Amino acid sequence: MTRTAVAPPTKGDTPRKSAGPLARLRDPAWYQTYGVYMAVAVVLLFNALFTDHFMTADNFRTQLVQVAPIVIVALGMALVIGTEGVDLSVGSTMALAAAFLPLYLGYGLVPALVVALLAGAVVGAVNGALVSLVGLQPIVATLALFVGGRGLALVMADGQLKQIVNPDLLSLGTGSVLGIPLVVWIAGVLAAAVAFLVQRTTFGRQVVAVGGNRSAAALAGLPVKRILIGVYVICGVLAALAGILATARLTASDPSSLGTLMELSAITAVVVGGTPLDGGSVRVLGTVAGALLMQLLRATLVKHDLPDSTAQIAQAAIIIAAVYVARERRSR
Amino acid sequence: MAPPEAIPQAPEAAGRTASAVLEARSVSKRFPGVVALDDVTFSLRAGETHALVGENGAGKSTLIKVLTGVYRPDGGELRMTGEPVRFARPAEAQHAGISTIYQEVNLVPLMSVARNIFLGREPRNRFGLIDFARMHRETGELLDGFGVRVDPRRPLHTLGVGTQQMVALARAVSVNAQVVIMDEPTSSLEPREVETLFRVIGRLRGQGIAVLYVSHRMDELYRICDRVTVLRDGRHIHTGALADLDRMQLVSMMLGRDLSDVRRSGVTSFAAEGHEAARAPVLTATGLSSRLQLHGISVSLYAGEVLGLGGLLGSGRSETAKALSGALPLDAGELTVDGTTLKRLTPAAAIRAGISLLPEDRKAEGIVPGLSVRENIVLAAMPRLSRAGVVSRAKQDRIVDIFMERLRIKASSPEQKVGELSGGNQQKVLLARWLCLEPKVLLLDEPTRGIDVGAKAEVQSLIDDLAREGLAVLLISSDIEELIEGADRIVVLRGGAVAGELSGDDVAEDRLLEVLADHAPEPADRAPATQEDPR
Repeated sequence: MTRTAVAPPTKGDTPRKSAGPLARLRDPAWYQTYGVYMAVAVVLLFNALFTDHFMTADNFRTQLVQVAPIVIVALGMALVIGTEGVDLSVGSTMALAAAFLPLYLGYGLVPALVVALLAGAVVGAVNGALVSLVGLQPIVATLALFVGGRGLALVMADGQLKQIVNPDLLSLGTGSVLGIPLVVWIAGVLAAAVAFLVQRTTFGRQVVAVGGNRSAAALAGLPVKRILIGVYVICGVLAALAGILATARLTASDPSSLGTLMELSAITAVVVGGTPLDGGSVRVLGTVAGALLMQLLRATLVKHDLPDSTAQIAQAAIIIAAVYVARERRSR
Repeated sequence: MAPPEAIPQAPEAAGRTASAVLEARSVSKRFPGVVALDDVTFSLRAGETHALVGENGAGKSTLIKVLTGVYRPDGGELRMTGEPVRFARPAEAQHAGISTIYQEVNLVPLMSVARNIFLGREPRNRFGLIDFARMHRETGELLDGFGVRVDPRRPLHTLGVGTQQMVALARAVSVNAQVVIMDEPTSSLEPREVETLFRVIGRLRGQGIAVLYVSHRMDELYRICDRVTVLRDGRHIHTGALADLDRMQLVSMMLGRDLSDVRRSGVTSFAAEGHEAARAPVLTATGLSSRLQLHGISVSLYAGEVLGLGGLLGSGRSETAKALSGALPLDAGELTVDGTTLKRLTPAAAIRAGISLLPEDRKAEGIVPGLSVRENIVLAAMPRLSRAGVVSRAKQDRIVDIFMERLRIKASSPEQKVGELSGGNQQKVLLARWLCLEPKVLLLDEPTRGIDVGAKAEVQSLIDDLAREGLAVLLISSDIEELIEGADRIVVLRGGAVAGELSGDDVAEDRLLEVLADHAPEPADRAPATQEDPR
């Protein structure tokens, strides 16, 4: 039969290989993978040359402490985005965790932490169930708790800011080990843990497969629904942890404003870090670098006495560049 | 005016071009690497219902898209009532009087029936506002004319699919359509709704509207169509009165098999001799039913045999394979593997029981393009190749090496992304994914479609080897030669039910065509041998 006339064109067996370092610089895929590290290096180099008192241990400590909660939330977000989803409720989850803390600190630090993290897990389970069992679009499913989560947090806290006096909890925010702040340690360890999860565990690889081709994953017998719920639960727990750490630093539980716009910072970190929005890949180290890049960029501009609005414009440019590079790659 | 020129491909149409409302003359359409339409000429007459048939890749969809202005032809021309026309956009074709009804209704679900019918041309009252009273009245009259009774104020999405399609049809006709193209209109309709559709088509005929009717369902074609055009591999094969053709002739034209020179053997890479099948079935399926798709299908698969699943497009072959692998939600039916009935029908349960499905759509349901060859191969087997949830690269590499070598998968390394491989190698990666689970039953849905000749031969002889090693293989192929030469036994499906079974010497092209066309006068072996009651 003359089947050849209708067969779809097949690609060659050999992939397009970049010839040398120069060819690599013209390949959008290279920028999606490594562009963020290059950008961080450029920002650091710029500051080393032109900014006074930037390349100091004190300044780095400040920057890292500020970026740590974003990194923690973005790690969960990267997993969610890897499944072609998004979680808008992370900021509200932070507020919810913060609202639970003062209510249960009377029973001791550990019960309060457990309750706050559990709240994050419940939020994640609800999100995951709405996405996987009900079949809602992730953006809609998590919008419900984006609105409702903060409302609940305000109800729990009577709408009030509560001072935190528990010294153990406060030390979470201010303590250091080996000269490095505790929150930075926590963010670093979690980044390593999530990287291990993604690269080396069955669950992590299945997350990537579900994001890459959900029908194929389902036909291969993967527990797609369980995987999706698991991803949102992890994201919720990490957001709750970020809420706890931020509360400890603020020395107050502030459910009305804690974590506002956090979902956007986290998504930005993930996208700038080279994780494609259409799933199938999770770049953990890239996400950390993405969060760091946005933080350093803002700090740089502030140190040069430019208003915060300039920083926002610069960040917008970076986001557009990241999305452009990802689009180039897809349309190949 | 010049006399109409003779058209060699379609002598029936020559000399009658005056009555043709829509004509395609020597229309060609090429895509990179593919000639989708090659010099196709045919015409539609006012008031006729014209069937357009062909198997996969015949060019039906492309032709429809050319006629409706979605594609512009690379060569040839379109004429409406004798005048050359060019459609730059679908809207222009609609404006010229060509309406299309797709199998998926494309209307606005949340708007009322009347709003949908008058969308974009609502009647206005003297304040320039929509005249709802008139709109509702006219909608009622229009639908009454079709014998459809429905409140014009009801939101469209609250209606059944069939009624929605009637609304789409009413909209099409009310915009002064001269030609209505229906692409598989009955595929999602209940039998009752099909009757209503046919009644409406009858009325369209009465109004002198030409209907181009695309369907795989022979019964429907013979019931409502006057003439038929057959396409195959992008070429025009035949146009003529449907009454002059029996089903056998029609099917052999669609498949490109001339009954007088049916070739016996030696075209594919299957060994000539059959396989030794076991006595007891490995997999028995009874009464598989799924709304509108499968109607009580029962089959048995034996270890060491290749069971072919035959049938025309839309007969339920792929659905059956999906059902056998737990991937199709069923209304009724059960699967028994080695005497144990599966409690839950999910892909995971089927895989655990030893059933693996190579799906038809390699890109959409098979490969994970962004992952490596290695990860695609171990996708289903990953939990077995892990310890305490942590994947073992050593174990994975061992399996991947074995299968890359055995199936001769050509990739720069196991870490190359599978999306960068050729179709044939992607298919081998998927075969490896299933084979490394050591299944008892392998369901192969179009395993050689869209892959190059070399890979095709390799896959075919692999299927042979697997059956010889004792695997039960189910083979679906729209390539007749592959099916005949590859299968030891063939179950033929028609309209989601088993139409017949061929075994032994009956596994031959002429016999297969007979069953496909429902030509044979009820042979004695019509009741399939597989329907032994398991209870």
